[in-house]
Formats: sequence, structure tokens, C-alpha cells
Amino acid sequence: MAKIHIPTPLRQYADKHATVEVNAGTVGEALTGLVSKHPDLRRHLYTDEGKLRAFVNVYLNDEDIRYLQKEGTALKDNDSISIVPSIAGGSQDIDEVANLRIVELNSALPTCCCPACCC
Amino acid sequence: MATTTDVRGEPATLNNDEILRYSRHLIMPEVGMEGQQKLKAARVLCIGAGGLGSPLALYLAAAGVGTLGMVDFDVVDYTNLQRQIIHTTADVGRKKLESAGDKLKAINPFLNLRKFETKLTSENALELFRQFDIVADGTDNFATRYLVNDACVLTGKPNVYGSIFRFEGQASVFATKEGPCYRCLYPEPPPPGLVPSCAEGGVLGILPGLVGVMQATEVIKLILGKGEPLIGRLLLIDALGMKFRELKLRKNPDCPACGTHPTVTKLIDYNEFCGIRGEEKPVESSVSEIQVEELKRRLDAGEPLFVLDVREPHEYQICNIGGHLIPLGDLPKRVHELDSSREIVAHCRSGVRSAKAVAFLRQAGFRKVHNLAGGILAWADRVDPKMPKY
Ligand SMILES: [Zn+2]
Repeated sequence: MAKIHIPTPLRQYADKHATVEVNAGTVGEALTGLVSKHPDLRRHLYTDEGKLRAFVNVYLNDEDIRYLQKEGTALKDNDSISIVPSIAGGSQDIDEVANLRIVELNSALPTCCCPACCC
Repeated sequence: MATTTDVRGEPATLNNDEILRYSRHLIMPEVGMEGQQKLKAARVLCIGAGGLGSPLALYLAAAGVGTLGMVDFDVVDYTNLQRQIIHTTADVGRKKLESAGDKLKAINPFLNLRKFETKLTSENALELFRQFDIVADGTDNFATRYLVNDACVLTGKPNVYGSIFRFEGQASVFATKEGPCYRCLYPEPPPPGLVPSCAEGGVLGILPGLVGVMQATEVIKLILGKGEPLIGRLLLIDALGMKFRELKLRKNPDCPACGTHPTVTKLIDYNEFCGIRGEEKPVESSVSEIQVEELKRRLDAGEPLFVLDVREPHEYQICNIGGHLIPLGDLPKRVHELDSSREIVAHCRSGVRSAKAVAFLRQAGFRKVHNLAGGILAWADRVDPKMPKY
């Protein structure tokens, strides 16, 4: 069993879980297991071509998988995987953030619905 | 390996008042007279006088950092006071730099404070950074974050980084000679439509205190050349679990900013880089709008308008106008609760989320949907002054 740490911004797509346990042989399999349990996470982690997004870093324990065997990195029992997205938070005020963001009306699904980002 | 950076250590002598003031530093071997003189000679630039900048600047001034630069062009408002502890209630409406400057000079009159009332831009960043030894990044958006990183790499100044999100924080030291930079970790920002973002915004008031003081600690360590700075390490702070985790960061040889063949050789347009198109209005003009006065009049006249509130439940608790609550994120799966034959007025806090909701409903075949212009804030301003604003 490996434990995947879900960062706060992505928890809304993972039924609010902070960690998810999966049975998997590699980091890639663990992430596949994660998005099949929580399909809403997929578009935040992967591109349409099925590649991990560039702004999502994945760590096995304290090491970046880019410097291991990437998604093929083997897992041991009790390993912990962390997803570390870039976060923009500082001390912003609600409306300052709204000014900085363009709202994409072309996507049918609202991508984000928080007062900090959108309103 | 304790790593020193090239903090320009011109000898600075202390007078008797300063010796007394810094005596608890002077009697500890890690600082001593030599360290205190280094602090006095040091020039630190703090970007932002907000949540992170407040504790950062207060502690650096108290500790005896000789020259402190602050960049900010904002004005203090009531919603800042929950976390931006350098400002007080009486400062609401004042420039943040004026307010912060008063507090810093009151704490330490020996401080050489340099105020830059401007937005940090690609045009002024390099010139500004060159006048300082260390830059502390207390900013809150991707565009400025990449700008600070690239300008630090280009001028060879360490970037003491902090970032907060609700009850989570990150801290590190980027852009030292031997260490990685922010772009080694994140070469490019997420596209604006896909920012992994929050179901609920906001930030726990103490969190910038926690992270800002960590930044101050790292600044002081860099100046003194003592201890193990956060170079090559990303500290993750979870204030709810009170758990600290540490991830290894490596200098990426392919990094566009600090790699062996850098492509970032000058500052660029960071708003464009981050997908932010200037002053573009976020709301599509084709979305039909209704003003708060008209809504009030029509509701009072008993017209069968359906009011849809697309905020989050905790926002509804703060104030509401009795609308049917469906948070924007739930709208696609709860759209069946709505009757498309009825006239619907959607609202949120200021009108941005509800514009998305109106656009979505129109795509879903709803014909009579309007966006309440200005949201519940406009209602509070122009219809019901007793309603709280947030
Ligand atoms: Zn780099």
C-alpha cells in the first residue's frame, strides 16, 4: 500500500480526502489508480494526451520522480507519494485575485467556483 | 553544508544605543558583534507589505537589518486586518507603505527604510533588485512570482520564497548560486483555466505569520551565513495537522532560467506568460444583466422571478437574499433542480461566478436567465445597507 497526499487545492476533486491509499507497483500505476477512484482529478493531473501536466510535480517520499524513474519508479510498502501543484496564494484580497484571472466561458464545466478566484 | 551568499558585508559599526538594543543577539555566539554588523550592513528587499510582508518586515526591522526596501502600492482595507498585522484599524484607507513605515520606524529608528510605491514590473525589477542583497517574495500571484524569480536569477540575488493557501504554506530559498530556482520546480505556470484552485478561498489569519516568520528566519540565516538554509528544500506546512514535510529540490540543468543553456535572458511580459490578458473584462458582455434596484422592484411587485444563489454554503450563512442555493461547481449535476420555463436571476458575491453560471445555463438551453450585476455586494450597497459585506 502506498499513500498519496492530496494537496488542499485538489481535495475538492477527491471527495475532500487529504490522503488516498492505493495498491500499486509503480508511481504511474498509483496515480492511475487514484484518478480511476476520483475521475474529477484526471484533468487536473493529466493532459488530454495522458501526460502528467508540467505544473504538477510528483514526489516519492522526499524525491522528485523526474530524478528517479519518473512514472515507472517502483513502489515499496509504506511509500508516500505527494502531488505538489504550484500555488499562487500570498496575502491576496478576494477581488485582487478576481482581476488577475480570466474566466473561460467556453468550457461548459466551471473549472473553479471559489470566492478567492472568481468573485 | 552551510551556504553563504554574497551579502555585501561592508563594515558597519554599532553605537552604544544599538549595542544595548541588540544585546540578546550580541551575547549569542551565532550572531555576536560580527553577525550584528553583518545584519546592519545588509540590504533586504521585501516585495509586498501584506500578509507575508507584515511579520517579515517587523522581525527584520527589530533584528537590526540595516536597510529594508519595501515595494507596495496598495491601500489598507478592513479585510486586510485579519492577517496583515503591521496595519491597524486606524490605518484603513492609508497607503500600506505609509502605515508599515510608521510601525517599522517605531520599532527601530536605526532602520534605513526605502519605500517604493510602485507595482513591481519587468521594467523596474532589475534596477531595483541590484540595490539589494536579498529579495523576500511576499507576493500572491503567478505573474509576480515568475517575475521575482527571473529577476533574482538575472541579478544573482537569493529569493526567499513563501506562499500560502488556506491553511497550507510553502517556503524555500531559490536562486542562490548553487541552488535551484522556482522555475527548476515549475518551469511554466498553469494555464489560467486550469489553476488547481480552491473550493473555498481565504486564508487562515495566522498562516502568513507562520510562513512570513520562516522567511524572516531564512533571510537572517543567509545574512549571518549560519545554519542550514532552505536551499534545495521545499518546506510544506500544514497548519491544521501542524505537520511539516520537506521535499528535495534539485537545480535542473534544463531550467529555462538558471540551467546550463538558459532561454530566459531578460525579463518578459509576465501577465501574458501567465495567460492574463491585461484589463480584459472577465464577464462576457452577451450575458444578460439585471440591476439590483430592478430586482428589488420586481420582487416587491410579486413577480415570479426565481433567484439562484451560486455561492458556497458558508457564504450563504454570512448573508443572503433568500435565493435557491446551488454552488457554481455543483450546477452541472444539479441543473435539473431548475425550471427552464421560469425567469431566473443568478447572483454571487460580486457577479463573476454568476456570470459563469448564466453562460453555462444558456448553453444548457435556458433562455430567460440574467446575471445580477455587482452581486450581493451591490445589493448591500444600494438596496439593503444593513446587509453585511465580506
Ligand atoms: Zn532554475
